[in-house]
Amino acid sequence: MRGESAPDNPSPHGLEGYRGLALKVLRSIGAEVGDVIRVKRADGAVYEGILVPRFEYGDPECVVLKLRNGYNIGLKIKDTDVVEKLAEGGKFTYKVQLAPKAVSSLPRVSIIGTGGTIASRIDYRTGAVTPTFTADDLYSMVPELGEIANIDTKVLFNVFSEDMTPKHWTKIAEEVASQFENSIQGVVVAHGTDTMGYTAAALSFALQGLPAPVILVGAQRSSDRPSSDAALNLIGAVVAAVHAPFGEVAVAMHKNLSDDEILIHRGTRVRKCHTSRRDAFKSINTDPLGVVKNKTYHQISSSFKPRGSLNGFKIKPLFEEKVALIKYYPGFNPEVIERLLDMGYRGIILEGTGLGHVGSICIKAIERARDMGVFVGMTSQCIWGRVNMNIYYTGRDLQKAGVTPLEDMLAETAVVKLMWVLAQTDNIEEVKKLMLTNISGEFSQRTSYRWSA
Amino acid sequence: MVGLKVKVGLELHQQLATKYKLFCCCQSSLAAVEPEYKFIRRLRPTQSELGEVDPAALFEFKKGRYIVYEVDDASSCLVEMDEEPPHPLNEEAVEIALTVAMMLNASPVDEVHVMRKIVIDGSNTAGFQRTALIATGGYIDVEGKRIPIQTICVEEDAARLVKQEGEAVYYRLDRLGIPLIEVATAPVIESPKEALTVAFSIGRVLRATGRVRRGLGSIRQDVNISVEGGGLIEVKGVQKLDLIEKVVEYEIMRQKNLLAIRDELNARGCKPADIINEPIRDLTEIFVDTSSRIIRNAVKSGGRVLGVKLKGFGGLLSRELEPGLRFGGEFATRASFWGGVGGIFHTDELPAYGITAEEVAKIKSSAEAGELDAVVFVADECSKAEAALKAVLERALEALKGVPDETRGPNPDGTTRYMRPRPGAARMYPETDIPPLRITEDLLLKVKRNLPEHPSVTLNNLMELYGLNRKLAEQLMDSEYLNTFKLIVSEVKVPAKFVAATLTETLKSLERGGVDVGVLSDSILIDVFRYVDRGFMVKESIPDVLKWLCLNVNMGVEDALKALNIRLLSREELEKIVDEALTAKSDIVSKMGVKAVNSIMGFLMNKLRGRVDPQLLMEIIRGKIVERMGGGES
Repeated sequence: MRGESAPDNPSPHGLEGYRGLALKVLRSIGAEVGDVIRVKRADGAVYEGILVPRFEYGDPECVVLKLRNGYNIGLKIKDTDVVEKLAEGGKFTYKVQLAPKAVSSLPRVSIIGTGGTIASRIDYRTGAVTPTFTADDLYSMVPELGEIANIDTKVLFNVFSEDMTPKHWTKIAEEVASQFENSIQGVVVAHGTDTMGYTAAALSFALQGLPAPVILVGAQRSSDRPSSDAALNLIGAVVAAVHAPFGEVAVAMHKNLSDDEILIHRGTRVRKCHTSRRDAFKSINTDPLGVVKNKTYHQISSSFKPRGSLNGFKIKPLFEEKVALIKYYPGFNPEVIERLLDMGYRGIILEGTGLGHVGSICIKAIERARDMGVFVGMTSQCIWGRVNMNIYYTGRDLQKAGVTPLEDMLAETAVVKLMWVLAQTDNIEEVKKLMLTNISGEFSQRTSYRWSA
Repeated sequence: MVGLKVKVGLELHQQLATKYKLFCCCQSSLAAVEPEYKFIRRLRPTQSELGEVDPAALFEFKKGRYIVYEVDDASSCLVEMDEEPPHPLNEEAVEIALTVAMMLNASPVDEVHVMRKIVIDGSNTAGFQRTALIATGGYIDVEGKRIPIQTICVEEDAARLVKQEGEAVYYRLDRLGIPLIEVATAPVIESPKEALTVAFSIGRVLRATGRVRRGLGSIRQDVNISVEGGGLIEVKGVQKLDLIEKVVEYEIMRQKNLLAIRDELNARGCKPADIINEPIRDLTEIFVDTSSRIIRNAVKSGGRVLGVKLKGFGGLLSRELEPGLRFGGEFATRASFWGGVGGIFHTDELPAYGITAEEVAKIKSSAEAGELDAVVFVADECSKAEAALKAVLERALEALKGVPDETRGPNPDGTTRYMRPRPGAARMYPETDIPPLRITEDLLLKVKRNLPEHPSVTLNNLMELYGLNRKLAEQLMDSEYLNTFKLIVSEVKVPAKFVAATLTETLKSLERGGVDVGVLSDSILIDVFRYVDRGFMVKESIPDVLKWLCLNVNMGVEDALKALNIRLLSREELEKIVDEALTAKSDIVSKMGVKAVNSIMGFLMNKLRGRVDPQLLMEIIRGKIVERMGGGES
């Protein structure tokens, strides 16, 4: 859900993508993006069109015109070309469509924007795609929402998924918490998909005893295309926010390649498992919490925390950032661990092989971590299944050296949890205890045959 | 009315014979297997900065329409399924387009930008078709007239419509992403005949590249037709060049007839207000005891009979616009498009369909319709019937103005049918997932160096080098088999004229018979002539053999001969036949001795051509004669 072509901060002229002769000529005629330009070539060819912005790639010395027939073309400006400005570009005003107003008796849902485009508007004139996030826009683009809930929207910030940090998690947690003061039925958080799983885990730990569901939602296909999964995901998220019986953090995304069912995944158990498919998000080592089909919520998992009272709701939004996630591989140099210790890291999650192993070459570094009071936890790069460090010598030796096996916890969830735990306590014994306490359904005691790739 | 000016523009679309599709590395050909997987999508109209949404698109979406895509792994990957971003633009396709651009005297752009053109009927999974402008400002001279070529584009072909079932539309994904070249002329063509000539001339240039696909569906034309004072009509997807002439002719006829109807309506004093203020009336009561089965069933299942009066339209609805299409038909297609009803009734065609004269009289009186008025009515669910009649009133309003702008689809006979309202200005925006492609001087130089022979040179060569007459040479050039022809005559010693005639007339007549000759590969065609050349097969068997090969893809000429029972005779069979012949012709043999070989050979070849290997036959005859002579002397 990123605004791939939405300039963050458009300059008044929109010429920042241009370079060299092209920029010089455009400046000399006082052209701005949106103006009608004519390029006359020495061989007699004439091109007329609207000057459009240049994006990151391509030849910055080519002027891009949108011709009357709608096509964009790039023209490399030569000394022999005659470039003229024919007309100023008009300003565009957006006609808000008559949006179906939600009935005021419907339950209230807050939608918090954190980045990207859950809804967007296309300027067919220049080709710019502008994200939009007002309630009116959402109703008008996803009219079904008006039948489900009364929506309030708030843009918290506009950050690409990969630029999210624990500080953003803190802000989101605080914003969500403040929403609950307004007697709402549920909260939806729109989020870029790349790190949505991490944010979901972070919120799961930060927001405890939730009075209502907090549903994260994203899109694998940008919302400016008719085939975007954004609308159905959003409908699924709002339906779950209104009707789900749980007071937990979850992620709402497509179940498969069809625009049909939206799965509701527990925030501590969900992982992005595909780079591009709309069903990229999977529940790992657990069943999904629920599914939304035809705007109706169905509970799947019988184990969940029910919606709590506002009194029992606690927010613990802080995270320790000096925590590392290390994926082990043959040839791994344990000096990496030593350096982290030198840098003052307070916790390390290992993504080991198989049942939870790293080469015995690492034992010395791990013992040093133990002696320094640094927590080291083990997860598996197999993704599916549970670690068990009692089966082989290496596992037993690693435990002796101080490694804590973390059951069937996702490596990503483990690192988020450790950040959160280290913000709660400095006591290493307390850290170990909390890491092995099931706080937000992040691990389970038994492994079902259903949970597999 | 006769002298009305006509303006026609052509958009030719031709599939390119690239190795891969335009934006991914799938095979660039249709699937050879059944679908293996299905998924469902709902496309949503996107909104522009003006808050405008294509009305037809919005309408389809609101109807709850959904799309079922059928896929197989060999012909489609995640890119076609809109589950993976497109890969960079296929440079092979761009090179072919640049070749065409140069041959059509067009100027290539310096940087190619791929655009998204909004299409939400489901034919593109993304909800838009990707298209890129390669060159502008070309021309082609056709019979002394310069026809401007406005644009040359490459674009992705759409998915194949399989069927429509209720709210579900089924598409097969294999065709999606096959590269197309689009060549658009200016609207300067003035007659049906000229449209055809221009289409053929551009087609020759496309085929001259030797890198276009052939067979049914590999070429499609959009034809824009406007008659002075009429509307702009786009006929989309004409699959055969030959049909263009008829399409243009019938469309001119239709527009002229609509203009005549407009004049008549004006003469009758019809005003827009008569239509705008016309109420929709409930006529259900009239049909309580009707003998019309359609109406009875509709009412029984809870429907109503709703109708509107069209003031001044009496008698005009039954007027023919083009063969097989009456004015009333235009109302019926609109009603079923917007209302989803099966059809309409109108008083011009009644009494009929079980509706009695008495009922018609009642309809007219309850609708307060006079002699010159018509009543249109629909029996269906109330909401559907209402939507249908609103569409009918809308169409009637347009009739007062003349010819409404429409996108129409061709019928096999060249007449057309309503598809949808004409979209406004092309709704295009940049495909930001694909980097622009710089057309470098080096690339242009490379294309220029490899430019194919110009079609006019080819025509002369065909006549001079191969002795073809002009007609046959032109036919060959307008077929898809020019390169195949050259290949065959260079490899096989069969008269060029015969090869040319086979590749044009024979294949065409097979095609007319409903055979898909597009499946015949060049190597199969060469093989067929090789068999003739070696005397393994008679020329006369060619149509049967070709037909069999079309129906049995992946089989060879040998299989065809066996299956058709025109295979070679075995040595034993031949020895027996030769024995019989020598006995019958014993007088010649005894008179001429070994010299009789030629005479016997000629006699038997006449009988056995196509079923024997001539060398083998010669050998057997010689042996048998020697044997007989030896035997006789001893």
